Amino acid sequence: MDGPGNRFVVFLQGCGFDCLACHNPHTIPRATPRARSITVADLVEEIRPAAPFLSGVTVSGGEATLQAPFVRALFTALRADDDLSRLTTFVDTNGSAPRAVWDDLLPVTDGVMVDLKALDPQVHTYLTGHANDLVLESIPHLARARKLHEVRLLLVPGVNDSPEQLGRTAAWLLSVDPELRVKVIGFRAHGVRAAARGWAEPTPEQREDYRALLTAAGVRDLVVV
Amino acid sequence: MQIEELRDAVRGVVEDPGLTYRQRVQRLAGLAEEALAPPPVSEACRMALEKRVICDMYEGNAPYRPRYVLPDYARALAQGSAHLELAPARTLDEALAHLLILYSQVPSITGYPVYLGDLDALLAPYLDGVGDDELYRRLRLFWISLDRMLPDAFVHTNLGPDDSRVGRTVLRLERELLQVVPNISLRVDPERTPDDYLLDAVRTVFACGKPHFVNHPMMVGDLGTAYAAVSCYNSLRVGGGSHTLVRLNLKETVLRHVGSTADFLDATLPHYVELTAELMESRIRYLVERAGFYDHSWLVHEGLVSLDRFSAMFGVYGLAEAVDLLTEREGGSARYGHDPVANELSYRIVERVAELVAARPMPYCEGNGGRAFLHSQSGIDSDVDVTAGTRIPVGTEPPLYDHLLAVAPHHRLFAAGVSDVLAFDDTAKNNPQAVVDVIRGAFASGMRDFTFNLDSNDFIRITGYLVRKSDLAALPEHGARHGSTFLGAGSVAQSHVDRRTPKRVISLESSPRPAG
Repeated sequence: MDGPGNRFVVFLQGCGFDCLACHNPHTIPRATPRARSITVADLVEEIRPAAPFLSGVTVSGGEATLQAPFVRALFTALRADDDLSRLTTFVDTNGSAPRAVWDDLLPVTDGVMVDLKALDPQVHTYLTGHANDLVLESIPHLARARKLHEVRLLLVPGVNDSPEQLGRTAAWLLSVDPELRVKVIGFRAHGVRAAARGWAEPTPEQREDYRALLTAAGVRDLVVV
Repeated sequence: MQIEELRDAVRGVVEDPGLTYRQRVQRLAGLAEEALAPPPVSEACRMALEKRVICDMYEGNAPYRPRYVLPDYARALAQGSAHLELAPARTLDEALAHLLILYSQVPSITGYPVYLGDLDALLAPYLDGVGDDELYRRLRLFWISLDRMLPDAFVHTNLGPDDSRVGRTVLRLERELLQVVPNISLRVDPERTPDDYLLDAVRTVFACGKPHFVNHPMMVGDLGTAYAAVSCYNSLRVGGGSHTLVRLNLKETVLRHVGSTADFLDATLPHYVELTAELMESRIRYLVERAGFYDHSWLVHEGLVSLDRFSAMFGVYGLAEAVDLLTEREGGSARYGHDPVANELSYRIVERVAELVAARPMPYCEGNGGRAFLHSQSGIDSDVDVTAGTRIPVGTEPPLYDHLLAVAPHHRLFAAGVSDVLAFDDTAKNNPQAVVDVIRGAFASGMRDFTFNLDSNDFIRITGYLVRKSDLAALPEHGARHGSTFLGAGSVAQSHVDRRTPKRVISLESSPRPAG
């Protein structure tokens, strides 16, 4: 889920979105007693003993790009370290970062995994509390830079999974990159806040429908989990 | 054994409805051997054996074949066999037929060969002009023959470290056939074994719990290039093997010790190491000097094994309990596998055993410079309340990195085999590359041999061999075709090997974030 192979995942506190379906709602505020401050140097030393077992390091959240200077410093430190430079560096993001942030991170980043909560602005706003214009700019920008590892679609039955929505989403993603890797993640109620707890989880049949629909729409690199 | 007792035991075997004909014959042979007096040892040694501080693995009172025999099958295929009236093999068909014939004539402690050869290398000379489909069809029949003709989970083949058509076909057949036999070890050399081959092997583990993964450079360093992992995970020289395996229960040695940890290392431990060595020596002398195996065996006459490539295995087990007991006595609460101070003591104990075994001459052990090999012994079905080898007690295993970093320092000392079984939860299936990362990391950390278990398939890795859960379930009513399933049933009941703590592949996860 956090990128290719076995990865050291760093969860950064704070997120600009306020997703109803968020599984880690405690990571949304900028501060919480469950988070701790750490320097880049200390984090590198935490990663070092695990390095022989790793393909790489992923920053996640919360929204990692809200702490882009830290991420850039971490990835730069990893690449400068003889023992750790073979580790790949990935960002797991909601995509709501301006181009300047990406241009800052991409020189030290191997891949980015972007969540696309919804293609339609009003559905996106309903799900996340925010518009998706930055997300829709980030995805093509990352694809052009050859750094877009995959786009994830978190599908909630009856909210963002209609065949019509999925068809348009697939068409748009393939217009960005015909070989784009798409990962469909079925909504799970475990861990979410009260507002989303009553939502249905997709059945195995619905997951198969998603797979069939996206495959028919031309998505060749598709994972459904 | 008294004669009346023997008669009852014989009758019990003859009339046991759960045993096949061949299982009865094998058990009857074992009882006949029990009727003889064991090889002579001192009174102290006899007492230690009777109290099971040391243990002869119930190999029998009159050893008449080595415990583990690793014939040089490549030589047999190339030169043919006068004894078996076989010409050199010229085609794949001939090679496969000759191998089955050879297997039927190789002795071992279980009655079935513990080593089938390195089948990828053995068959490589016979693949010219054999297409992939044809190779698959022929190997499929061969593979089914192995499981049906040699129904014993200790029957073992080796693959790797290089990628090969035979290796790939074998992994595919393993996923399709889901057989207990053969056990498989894949040698891994970081410089030679490609990720893609490891991925194929990892997917095979998901299906059937095989193969084991073996640290090839470490093995070559200890045993030379002509080595193999056989039976459970016993690593020995090809063209040789091990006369016997005798093991020392470290927990029982501590229970018999009075005094400090330093005294234990200086006096009690050396005392029991010597008693173990005494039992080994007596058994080896009987096998070589009285039973005369190396004088009469056709394997020796045809150069497929030679006495100078044999040694014997000195096993230890119950390290976890030994460490915890010693620690408690000194007022500590540290636990092996969980506390650096306890782990440190465990290394001192094993290093001391290694030092003592390396200093103790052993007859007819030229395969290891006149000394026994050290082996971390993983238990038998009758073991209760004692942990296999140098492993961490089942059910208390710490997270992946802590687990590997705790046990790995032991591995370099056990040239004749040490292994661990890592239980993974089912999410590993979504990320086989992560498991490949773990394999590479484990070897970089100094592991010699390990495999992993997934709860969702039909197989349980007992110590180093496999049983199928479905076979265990059928055992009380229908018996079992594989003799090893009886042993597996005992181990599940006594040692709860089905309750290993599962690990998530994605560790160091402070806050799981599935999505959103």
